[in-house]
Amino acid sequence: MAMLSFERKYRVRGGTLLGGDLFDFWVGPFYVGFFGVTTAFFAALGTALIVYGASLGPTWNIWQISIAPPDLSYGLGIAPLAQGGLWQIITVCALGAFVSWALREVEICRKLGMGYHVPFAFSFAILAYFTLVVVRPVLLGAWGHGFPYGILSHLDWVSNTGYQYLHFHYNPAHMLAITFFFATTLALSLHGSLILSATNPRKGEPVKTAEHENTLFRDIIGYSIGALGIHRLGLFLALSAVFWSAVCIVISGPFWTHGWPQWWSWWLNLPVWG
Amino acid sequence: MAEYQNIFTRVQVTAPPYPGVPLPNDGSIGGRDGKPFLQHLIGKFGDAQIGPIYLGWTGVTSILFGFIAFEIIGLNMLASVGWNWIEFVRQLPWLALEPPPPSYGLGMPPLNQGGWWLIAGFFLTASVLLWWLRTYQRAKAHGMGPHISWAFGAAIWLYLVLGFFRPILMGSWGEAVPFGIFPHLDWTAAFSIRYGNLFYNPFHMLSIAFLYGATLLFAMHAATILAVSRYGGERELEQIVDRGTASERAALFWRWTMGFNATMESVHRWAWWFAILCPITGGIGILLTGTVVDNWYLWGIKHHIVAAYPQVWAAPTVDPSTLPGAAP
Repeated sequence: MAMLSFERKYRVRGGTLLGGDLFDFWVGPFYVGFFGVTTAFFAALGTALIVYGASLGPTWNIWQISIAPPDLSYGLGIAPLAQGGLWQIITVCALGAFVSWALREVEICRKLGMGYHVPFAFSFAILAYFTLVVVRPVLLGAWGHGFPYGILSHLDWVSNTGYQYLHFHYNPAHMLAITFFFATTLALSLHGSLILSATNPRKGEPVKTAEHENTLFRDIIGYSIGALGIHRLGLFLALSAVFWSAVCIVISGPFWTHGWPQWWSWWLNLPVWG
Repeated sequence: MAEYQNIFTRVQVTAPPYPGVPLPNDGSIGGRDGKPFLQHLIGKFGDAQIGPIYLGWTGVTSILFGFIAFEIIGLNMLASVGWNWIEFVRQLPWLALEPPPPSYGLGMPPLNQGGWWLIAGFFLTASVLLWWLRTYQRAKAHGMGPHISWAFGAAIWLYLVLGFFRPILMGSWGEAVPFGIFPHLDWTAAFSIRYGNLFYNPFHMLSIAFLYGATLLFAMHAATILAVSRYGGERELEQIVDRGTASERAALFWRWTMGFNATMESVHRWAWWFAILCPITGGIGILLTGTVVDNWYLWGIKHHIVAAYPQVWAAPTVDPSTLPGAAP
């Protein structure tokens, strides 16, 4: 029922990292595994705490709900539940769920005889989140430097944190991160377009092959990176975007406390200008 | 764990460079320029072959117009530092070719008052549109779909909103973006503050969601394909028309992970839509700013999306729009 026509032969036992055969089964289309159980536990607890936190707040408006981290006066201590303690437990749950999800992906990779590229890539996203809510707050000495969990309130946090450094666009790591985000989206649109244009040719034309993929791109820009290379490039660009995002926020505060426009004065003051 | 994950090509098979598929109309490979050659280091990561390229009249004129725009911008920047090459290099990130001041409206200002900006913008736009035509012609010549052209068109939409459509609606070229590295960042920040913080603009939210979503999709897709490259998964066109074990494993990976999977073809439709919706929604958000909505923060208050925070100051801040002298 939940299985695709070719699926049964792939549903083999083994490949688990923990728990042996105990959790080695599927529920509907989902593989469970030991880390599926921990994912479900952390996700359910974290979601329940978010709902509980919302119930303590002034609104049920989905856009306005916000679970704030503790006040800065709590430093790196534990805060009462309603004063940011919920935020702290939710953060633990989120990290628990994300890491469990990544390890479950590893188990699925092992079952299917695939490389570990997907959980490796996902670990970059986890690292970025970990940097925002753990590394930077610890370096700055207070959990209150984490961002609040709310749809609009996290945007306010980004805006306010950015203006603390006067003009965040001048942060060199932020420049790199944005450039990589734009480059990834450009490359994705080109890759998606190329595959779709080859498999959805003009009326009356047969479906095209790799020769056409390469020729079209060589015709247009003089180079075709190739069917394998575009996926290496895409993964590199996407992971670079995430990596430099994490760098750009962790250096803001712990390593640079002035406005980011001022950071560039080293360039103007290089001795080479004479 | 210590198995090879296909990050670089270890053994390169070389063959004579491929001149490209013959054009369907006359069976020739005419019009392609440059002798293709192989570059070993590039072959470690992607295809080793460089060239040939098809220029055609659209390619030549596009490059020429792009070069003219580049030169106008660069020479204006050089003039702005008194033709001093050392200061040009030193101050390059800060230098700008600014659009005209608002007082000129949509008229033609003197050259050093934004006239050069208009001319550079004209040549850059002509270059971009010719390059668009070129992508369309090349796809057509090969009998392929126009998907690249429509995707490129989405980016051109955002570019034209920023530099053409919105300035016209606002009645002044001065509304447009300056050419320059830091100056265009300054413009972006000032634009956001002027209109009450663009983060409250729902189309800005969508645009960022599609930007991040496209990056997430490419990470997922590229990682999946590399992970099944040991089964030939990167040969996507073959996998689409004749599904193999690479496609099956890739699909099952996501089905088992999140209960849902794309197919080898449909993942590229997801990719295409996420990527093009980023500039499409972004362009809508810019076009509405200042023309339809003057303050996105107040818009957010009106529509009950702005988060409420505990009152931490003794007296509430006065709304600046209620102060004497504020514009009605």
